[in-house]
Amino acid sequence: MRVIAIFKRVLREMIRDKRTLALMFLAPLFILTLMFFLFNTSSDTVAKIGVSRVDTTVVKAIKNKHVKITHYSAKATAKDKVREDNLAAFIKQKDGKLTVTYQNSQPSDSALVRQALQGGLTKIKVQALAAATQAQKKALQQQAKVLKTLVAQQQKMAVAQGAKAGATPVQSQQTKLKAPKTYSIMSHYLYGSSDSTFFDTFLPILLGFFVFFFVFLISGISLLNERTTGTLTRLLATPIRRGEIITGYLMGYGLFALVQTVITVTFALTVFRIHMIGSVWLILLINFLLALVALSMGIFVSTFANSEFQMMQFIPILVIPQVFFSGLIPVDQMANWLQWIAHIFPLYYGGNALMNVATRGVGFAGIAGELSILVLFAVLFTVLNVVGMKRYRRV
Amino acid sequence: MVTNTIDVRDVAKKFGSNPVLKKISLQLPVGQIMGLIGPSGAGKTTLVKAILGMEKVDAGTTTVLGTAMPNRKVMQRIGYMAQSDALYEDLTARENIRFFAELMSVPKQDLAGAIAHAAQVVNLNDALDRRVSAYSGGMKRRLSLAIALVQDPELLILDEPTVGIDPELRQQIWAELYQLKSQGKSILVTTHVMDEAEHCDYLMLIREGIALAQGTPAQLEKDYDVATIEQVFLKAGRLQDESHRNL
Repeated sequence: MRVIAIFKRVLREMIRDKRTLALMFLAPLFILTLMFFLFNTSSDTVAKIGVSRVDTTVVKAIKNKHVKITHYSAKATAKDKVREDNLAAFIKQKDGKLTVTYQNSQPSDSALVRQALQGGLTKIKVQALAAATQAQKKALQQQAKVLKTLVAQQQKMAVAQGAKAGATPVQSQQTKLKAPKTYSIMSHYLYGSSDSTFFDTFLPILLGFFVFFFVFLISGISLLNERTTGTLTRLLATPIRRGEIITGYLMGYGLFALVQTVITVTFALTVFRIHMIGSVWLILLINFLLALVALSMGIFVSTFANSEFQMMQFIPILVIPQVFFSGLIPVDQMANWLQWIAHIFPLYYGGNALMNVATRGVGFAGIAGELSILVLFAVLFTVLNVVGMKRYRRV
Repeated sequence: MVTNTIDVRDVAKKFGSNPVLKKISLQLPVGQIMGLIGPSGAGKTTLVKAILGMEKVDAGTTTVLGTAMPNRKVMQRIGYMAQSDALYEDLTARENIRFFAELMSVPKQDLAGAIAHAAQVVNLNDALDRRVSAYSGGMKRRLSLAIALVQDPELLILDEPTVGIDPELRQQIWAELYQLKSQGKSILVTTHVMDEAEHCDYLMLIREGIALAQGTPAQLEKDYDVATIEQVFLKAGRLQDESHRNL
């Protein structure tokens, strides 16, 4: 009953504070949108190429959606045009030789041009090869026809002569006449798809981080306020158990964390069409546990802060390092001692579990280890909090 | 039958090496109003918190309503008003009172009546649905008092209840305290307003963590041979300083 009273109060206070509510629910969406465009723009960039006296077949082959081709007269010089029209590259042809001048102030643009050129030239080679094969095939087919008629005539003659000598060489020739094999490439992706981006892979970790960060900050500051305004002392002058206060807090902020996760996941799935292989329910469960850890940790840490500003000082110490070990940077490629450090951060386990579920479709059993460690973290800090409150009341 | 609502014996408390309470004893009989007077920093609030079991004491015992403190369950029978207004500013006054009433396990069917009554005592009926952040200092003080009264406790412990409250309302509050007393409730009030001290049945003068004098106001005035409690207080303080010098 008293737990419910605390729970209701936390909810009511939170709903009254519209700005904090907006921060918790809209800030993640804002950051996600920003990141979505940041990591996806590279596929839309276009490099401008100038061409002069280049064969149309080559121009056609080079053309793709990442380059824009402009034609120049034969008199145009590469240096001038690149400078004047801000071209990424200028291509000039003399007989069979292509001369490419790169601007090279933007290495990524140069790379696009190189890619287009290489792709285009390969295309031409393949086309030529295909044409040659085609011609060969035709020639062979014609030869075969001629042979066939010859054979038929020979056979007729042989039948007439009663001899079988001509049949063997014709058979061996026919086996050589099989059509040349054409190879096409079919690609399969183990995780994600051909249009998987950085964003897809790291979104689940980002979700976990948002939940952790906001719950840590808001719950920590909220309990800090409770302490500095004296309401915590006042609360403990009632028959409430210390555990009931912490439980009420866990329930209240846990609910907000859950809503936050639902909003962010729905947003990512519907607006950005993120690939999520595993169960959304597992994602929610992991985020909820992360929220509980963040909550108990925030409350614990808030006892060492005397003001909101001092609470903010814990962010670079306790929150930012967790980002490094959350899986955004592959932990197994880190130095050994760093890998050990990674294991003390809750977000390492949360990030691992989220990544496994979202991109590898791992089920509950596969992440049970990580989940139980998160539960352990939450229990540890909750116990510390309940014991720590003894400072305010001895029972 | 418990005769003393509060029974404090030889309580001592140090903050670091600084002694705040030096062997203080205090008895509050049932149905009486006791005033704890002394300058700020005298140790009044520390004593109050020790009585509530919220401050660990170095020596001595405190018993409240026949139960040794600290005890969580006894809290339900104590109405406490802290020296600083501990209120949730984003909530309305009604929500604040209701929240604490729920923590005090006021039955649901009595909740509305209890809130209305507590608000009426402190004259806040009209402002109940306003947010506390829009309240003046005096209104917050009154709301804190209403919260202390809401579960109809047997013992009221009020730490500076009338700071920032205008004289008219102060009189009303004292009238209500007498009313509560007549219902058999015991009240412990700390104050540094001397004319309020005259309203109390018993007084305890506390200065530098020492109980300087105890007794009814009339008796104290007689003992110190002065006309008002204020003069008692000044004289007692002087005597304490003199005895320090003599040491």
